[in-house]
Amino acid sequence: MSVTATYPTAALDLDTDVLVLGGGPAGTWAALSAARAGARVVLADKGFCGTSGATAPSGTGVWYVPPDAERRQAAYLSRDALGGHLADRRWSMRVLELTHASIELLAERGYPFPHDDRGAPAHGSLQGPEYMRLMRKLVKGAGVRVLDHSPALELLVDGDGAAAGARGVRRQRGDDWVVRAGAVVIATGGCAFLSRALGCNVLTGDGLLMAAELGAAFSGMEFSNAYAISPAFASVTKTLLYKWATFTEPGGEPIPGAASQGGRSVIARWLAKGPVYAQLDKAEPSLRESMREAQPNFFVPFDRVGIDPFTQRFPVTLRLEGTVRGTGGLRIVGDDCATTVPGLFAAGDAATRELICGGFTGGGSHNAAWAISSGQWAGAGAADHGRRVRAGAGTTRVAAAAGTVALREGRAAAFSPEAVIRQVQDEVFPFETNYFRSGDKLGDSLGRLDGLWASLRTADAASRDEAVRAREAAAMTAVARWMYRSALARTETRGMHRREDHPQADPAQLHHVLSGGLDEVWTTPSSPLTRPQAELAA
Amino acid sequence: MIELVSAERCTGCNICVSVCPTNVFDAAPKGVAGGLPAIARGQDCQTCFMCELYCPEDALYVAPEADQPVLVDEPTLVRAGLMGGYRAAIGWTRDTAARRRIDSTFRLIKGF
Ligand SMILES: Cc1cc2nc3c(=O)[nH]c(=O)nc-3n(C[C@H](O)[C@H](O)[C@H](O)COP(=O)(O)OP(=O)(O)OC[C@H]3O[C@@H](n4cnc5c(N)ncnc54)[C@H](O)[C@@H]3O)c2cc1C
Repeated sequence: MSVTATYPTAALDLDTDVLVLGGGPAGTWAALSAARAGARVVLADKGFCGTSGATAPSGTGVWYVPPDAERRQAAYLSRDALGGHLADRRWSMRVLELTHASIELLAERGYPFPHDDRGAPAHGSLQGPEYMRLMRKLVKGAGVRVLDHSPALELLVDGDGAAAGARGVRRQRGDDWVVRAGAVVIATGGCAFLSRALGCNVLTGDGLLMAAELGAAFSGMEFSNAYAISPAFASVTKTLLYKWATFTEPGGEPIPGAASQGGRSVIARWLAKGPVYAQLDKAEPSLRESMREAQPNFFVPFDRVGIDPFTQRFPVTLRLEGTVRGTGGLRIVGDDCATTVPGLFAAGDAATRELICGGFTGGGSHNAAWAISSGQWAGAGAADHGRRVRAGAGTTRVAAAAGTVALREGRAAAFSPEAVIRQVQDEVFPFETNYFRSGDKLGDSLGRLDGLWASLRTADAASRDEAVRAREAAAMTAVARWMYRSALARTETRGMHRREDHPQADPAQLHHVLSGGLDEVWTTPSSPLTRPQAELAA
Repeated sequence: MIELVSAERCTGCNICVSVCPTNVFDAAPKGVAGGLPAIARGQDCQTCFMCELYCPEDALYVAPEADQPVLVDEPTLVRAGLMGGYRAAIGWTRDTAARRRIDSTFRLIKGF
C-alpha cells in the first residue's frame, strides 16, 4: 500500500479528545467517565453498543459489597488463594469501592433492580440485555458519538510513539472511518477464539493486537484457559446453575469428582474420552422458579428443544472462553489504567485482571466489577491525557497507521482468514494442550503458531471485504502466542494455569509474567510480589 | 443460529439489522412492499438471541443449535409459544413488564 494508507483519510474523518474502542461495559463506563470529565468522546464498536460483547446476552453477577471493612476483606480473601496470591489488596479495595458507587448510580438512572425477600434492593446481579440497553442510553445522553458496526482495524501513532487514534471500517456502509484522538481506550474485550460461547464471537483479541503493534506489554497471559460448560448443542455458557447438577457418563453413572466448581477439570478429562451428561437434579423444586427468574437465558435452549433440565439428562461440552473469563490482558502501569504506551489506556477484559483475581477466573462477580471500575479509571485517564495532548499539539500532529498483518503490502498472496482461524483453534481448543499443560506440548504448539505468524507477516493486505476477518485471524494467532509463551515461562501450577509437568506452586514464582512482541514474542517475570502479613490476617 | 424471519410478522423495520452484533442480516430493500431483512451471513450467527429481544413483532427465531443450521417450521414454533417467548420471559413485552424486576439471583448466591 502507498503513503496515503499510512497517513489515512476516510469517508468519516473525526477529531476528538478520547476514542474508546469497544462498547461493552468497560467501553461504555469509560466513555461516560471521559465525557463526565469534560472530554469529547467517540466510541466505536465492532457490533452494536448495547447488544455486543460478553455481558449483553449473558448477564453478570457483580462483586458488590457494602462499605464494611470486614465484609470487604472477606470478599478480597475469597479468591486470594484460588488466584495463587497474585491479586493486589489495594486494587481490590478500589474496585469494591467504585463498583459499589456505580451500582448505586445505575439504580438512580433507572436499572430495575429487584427487591430481596426482606424487601431490600438486591444489587448483586445485572441482567445483560437490560444493563447494556441502559448503558447505551446513558452514553448517548452524555453526548458521546457512537459508531456501531465500525470495527477498528488499527491504531494511529504520533511522532513520539503515542496512541493518536484509530482507523476502521463501517461494514454496513462499505466505507471506512478514521478518528484522530488525544488518547485511546482499548475496551475490546478478551479473546475467546470464535468458540461460540455466549456473546463471545465478537471477541477475537483485536485490541490486544492493535496495542501490541504500538509496543504495549501484557501481563498474565498464561491465565487464559477458561473453559465454560454449555449444553453440547448450544451457546449458553452460563455456569452458575450447574452447581445443582450431577454429571454422568453415557451409561448414567455419576462421574466421581465432576462438578462445575472445583471439578471442571474432571469433566474435561471425561469429555476427552466421550460424551458427558448433566441434569440439575439437586435443585429443590422450590428453587426452580427462582432459577428461571434469575437466568432466563439459561433455559432458552432447553425450552426450545423440549428438554426439562431438572428431570432429564442432556449432553454438555466445554467451550473455550480464553481471556474473557480468564484473566490476562494489557499490562496496567498506573491507577488510571494506563498501559505501557503513552496515550493508550485499557479496561475490562482487554486489561489484565490479575490485580483483583490473581491467576483465577473472575467469573461470577469480579469481571463485571473490573469492567465497571477499570472502565471509569481508563476513561478519566484518557480524558486528562487526551485534552492535554490536543491543547498542546493542535491539528498538526502526525497520525500514522500502525497496523501490520493483513493491512500492508506483502510478498505473498493474501491469506485465507478461515483457514488461519481453524489452525489457531486446533492449537487452543484441545484440553490436552490448553487445559492440562506441559512444556513439550506447549512448545510444539508454539512452534506451529510462530510459523503461522511468520507466514501471515509476508502475506499481502486483505481485500476490504476480508479485512475484518483477516485481522481477527491475525489477532487470534498473536494472542495464542502470548498465551503459550507465558504458559511456558510459568513452570509451576498456579491459579487456572495447570502444568502437568510442574503440578505444584513454586514459591519463587510469586510474580506476574509479562509478555509482548509480534515477530519475536518475549516474556519476563515482574519483580517478586511482596505480601505484607497484615493483608493476610483477618 | 438464526433460522427464521417471519414474512407474516416482519414489518421490515430493520431493527435486527442494526442490533445484530455479528452483522448477520442484510437490510430489507427500501420501498419494496413486504420486503424483509435477509439472513445473509447465517454462519456468523453467535446464537446470542439479542435480535429476538429487540424485535417488536416477535418475527425472528433463533434456534438454540449453535454449531450448525437446523430446519424450523413456523406454525410449530408459534403453537409451542416459542416465537417471542424469550422476550416475554425477560419482561420486554408490554404484558410482561413486571418481569423486569424478578431477577432472583439473591436466592441462589450468598453475598459477602
Ligand atoms: C456466559 C458468560 C457469563 C458471564 N458471567 C459473568 C458473571 O456472572 N460475573 C462476572 O463478573 N462476569 C461474567 N462474565 C464475564 C463478563 O461478561 C465480561 O468480563 C465483561 O463482559 C467484560 O466487559 P468488556 O466491556 O471488557 O468486554 P465485552 O462486554 O466483551 O465488550 C467488548 C466489546 O468490544 C467490541 N469489539 C471487539 N473488537 C472490536 C474492534 N476491533 N473494534 C471495535 N470494537 C470491538 C465488541 O463488539 C464488544 O462490544 C461472563 C461471561 C460470559 C461469556
